[in-house]
Amino acid sequence: MPTTTVDLTADNPRGAHARRTTAWIAAGLATAAGFTGALLAPADAAQGQAQRLMYLHVPAAWVAYLAFAAVLAASVAHLINGDLRWDRVARAGAEIGVVLTAVAIGTGSLWGHLVWGTWWAWDPRLVSTALLLLAYTGYLALRRALAERTGGPDGGDRRISRPAAVAGIAGFLLVPVVHFSVLWWRSLHQQATILAPERPPIDPRMALALLLAVAAASTVALLALAHRVLRLERRVAATGEAPTTGTGTGRRSPAPVR
Amino acid sequence: MIRRPGRLALVAVLLAGGGLLVTSVLRDTLTYYRTPGEVLTDPAAARQRVRLGGEVVPGSLRHDGDLVVFRLADAGRQVTVRQHGVPPETFREGEDAVVEGRLGTDGVFDADQVLVRHGNEYRPSSPAHPEPSDAR
Repeated sequence: MPTTTVDLTADNPRGAHARRTTAWIAAGLATAAGFTGALLAPADAAQGQAQRLMYLHVPAAWVAYLAFAAVLAASVAHLINGDLRWDRVARAGAEIGVVLTAVAIGTGSLWGHLVWGTWWAWDPRLVSTALLLLAYTGYLALRRALAERTGGPDGGDRRISRPAAVAGIAGFLLVPVVHFSVLWWRSLHQQATILAPERPPIDPRMALALLLAVAAASTVALLALAHRVLRLERRVAATGEAPTTGTGTGRRSPAPVR
Repeated sequence: MIRRPGRLALVAVLLAGGGLLVTSVLRDTLTYYRTPGEVLTDPAAARQRVRLGGEVVPGSLRHDGDLVVFRLADAGRQVTVRQHGVPPETFREGEDAVVEGRLGTDGVFDADQVLVRHGNEYRPSSPAHPEPSDAR
């Protein structure tokens, strides 16, 4: 992924070409997923047409996990080598993850209304997903608050990036809780099908539609990440990186060495 | 600006408090529903409003005026449910359901909400694959 991201975020004709190619691949996958999910795949025996919401809900949730995994990886990389580009990748990943988590909650709510008979239930999967949304919204709010306090550009200042990286790593603790909530506790939400160790039966056309939708959503998210990182890079280049050393103390009086 | 050790302690206290608050609020969430066995062994607890989950026993479903009566089963134990109000369209015998209400003194569970708890298996409903609605 690093080489892909670097290529895709390059601010030159080659990078632009790579982004255009990715956009075409994403459009092709999305068309195929839409066609398969809406027409080729049959309606579910127990749930009827409402089950088709799966082709939006599951990709949104999985790619949100992926986006938060990108936040984790980029935050760790930033703490290790101090490269602010990783900090910008982390921020873009969190933004994409928050949007996708909201989409997963929204589509899930509609699906629940149609099949369970309720828009919302205080069930472990639903509550933990809401906490996940809250955690990464808090992460973005923390970045904003730090940027306002330090006056540095978000994405170009280590006084923002270091605390944010710690929060971005800590937030990922919730992802396994969300994913395994349906196994650890009694829930209204059904358990995993594709990601289950012993896969329960799913019609192959439904599985195909689901996998195409996940591929399309992943490609769109990667493209969104590349564009977002590029835009943040340009913004930081315009304002200039804050003249800080690697210690993260900045203009404030130096903290006592421990 | 609070000095660094003080700030760390404050953060720790806030985190611990938040954790306690979240877990106490979530206790109801972590046991989203009780099983028929739990309700039968501790009927007093089910006199307060609780959720009860299990499989809708095939053949037990009948309509009695505004009431829908059925039995919920899990691990061989069964509770009769008297539901006030219309269940969702996806409600079927042989599928799981979670009801909300309280256990009456007559041993029947008076519910006012039914949620359908569907499984993680997905099958086509086309006539080419005839499938009885209660097949599991």
